Amino acid sequence: MAGHGCRVRPGRNLSALYAEFVTGDKRTALYEEHLAAGAKMVPFAGYLMPIEYPTGIVAEHRAVRAGMGMFDLSHMGELVVAGPGSLEAVDRLVTNQVSNLEMWQARYTPLCRDDGGIIDDVLVYRFPDHIMLVVNASNIEKDEAWLRDRLGQGPVLRNVSDDVSLIAVQGPRASEFVQRLSPADISSIAYYHFIDGEVAGVPCVISRTGYTGEDGLELYMERPERARELWRSLADAGRDEGLIPVGLGARDTLRLEAGLALYGNDISDQTTPLEASLGWTVKLQNREFTGSDVLARQRDQGVGRKLMAFSMIDRSIPRPHYRVYLDGKEIGEVTSGSFSPTFNKGIGLAYIEAEQAKVGKAVDIEIRGHRHPAEIVKKPIYSRPG
Amino acid sequence: MEGEARRYARTHEWILMEDGQAAVGISEYAVQELGDIVYLELPESGRTVKAGESLGEIESVKAVSDFYAPVSGEVLEVNPALQDKPELINESPLTDGWIVKLQIENPDELESLMTREAYDAFVAEQT
Repeated sequence: MAGHGCRVRPGRNLSALYAEFVTGDKRTALYEEHLAAGAKMVPFAGYLMPIEYPTGIVAEHRAVRAGMGMFDLSHMGELVVAGPGSLEAVDRLVTNQVSNLEMWQARYTPLCRDDGGIIDDVLVYRFPDHIMLVVNASNIEKDEAWLRDRLGQGPVLRNVSDDVSLIAVQGPRASEFVQRLSPADISSIAYYHFIDGEVAGVPCVISRTGYTGEDGLELYMERPERARELWRSLADAGRDEGLIPVGLGARDTLRLEAGLALYGNDISDQTTPLEASLGWTVKLQNREFTGSDVLARQRDQGVGRKLMAFSMIDRSIPRPHYRVYLDGKEIGEVTSGSFSPTFNKGIGLAYIEAEQAKVGKAVDIEIRGHRHPAEIVKKPIYSRPG
Repeated sequence: MEGEARRYARTHEWILMEDGQAAVGISEYAVQELGDIVYLELPESGRTVKAGESLGEIESVKAVSDFYAPVSGEVLEVNPALQDKPELINESPLTDGWIVKLQIENPDELESLMTREAYDAFVAEQT
């Protein structure tokens, strides 16, 4: 056997002592927990992260859909903006409207350049006295530099990424499980809202957000030893309840089924939110923000290509950069592709020429020299019941 | 060759003679490295291969790998159970998860493959 394409590097035997020295990669507070659990570690955005545990990607994915799973997402970045005019200053930089956020409410939004290209997709959290932007691990430095340059006088920005750990508990049973470990009224936290609370005695921000297409919570906390304490408490309490740790491999298959974009694959500075089927996050009415004039023009004139979901007809697996064909003519390119454990087939996202970007259209995906039939389908491919 | 006469290639395939035919699959180490197998590109019966030539592709959620003929021969049969259940290779890489059966050209080629003991040592060096 020889690997090619997206090869997994077996890193599980790297001693904790010299991991960072050898690879130069950072570790989250929970690194040792993952090693102890037998995780396969891979470098991701400058961190050594668990791609899967001995359970395996497919079983980890199914556990989240059927019950619950917990994720270490501490590699993500957190940027805090505070001071006079912060909310308005942030509002002028993002495509979605955040000036009307309630306190304790969060919103998903692209952050665009002047030309409408996406710098990152972020979550904006409005606290009573500050704003927290949660950003992709791969973009932390880029986003910080951009915001420092564009926020203007008044708001002060702090990068607290290295101080904040993030544990997600996702799945239909996640809320009820976390409730048992928290004095707070978890069920009263509405979707895309959050509270300052406590889980298993560890103070944390409890947010009803996630990247899986399931109900679930994301827990933000400071101090690495408290993050370890919380992870272990969740693991202990969850052991007989079927709670398992879930790696980045299943995180990817879960978000792909849910039709959620991944920066670097589906969105980048070469794509606008309108092309990426994120039009719902672009609020142009009575607002001006970086990129708004370009996006307004694009909304009027229409886009040249659209990000569409597709599903394979046979059992083959599409991968990023594979070409999409219609009657022998190239009409697009795959940006994300993988096996879907829920539907037991290959699924993906691809940019398709606007004219051909229609749900129901039969296309071919060229997979390592052979064309396999697929169908453009409505996004998201998976929606949770109820 | 008698007893547990399985031999291993440096590319992590195993081969086992049974009633004059050779069953070929991949080792537990290969399966562990790949993760959950979800798709296979397998050869047709009748295809002839030289030792070291690619027989097809084994695809897991995160990686795609070629798998190679450990010896020269002709493909007699492809494991029909893998069509609907590629994960059988993960569950049972050495028995139920066999991948192809070959009519081998030259039994001498088996001698240059590793015994289990040698293969285990080889794997230990990789990690």
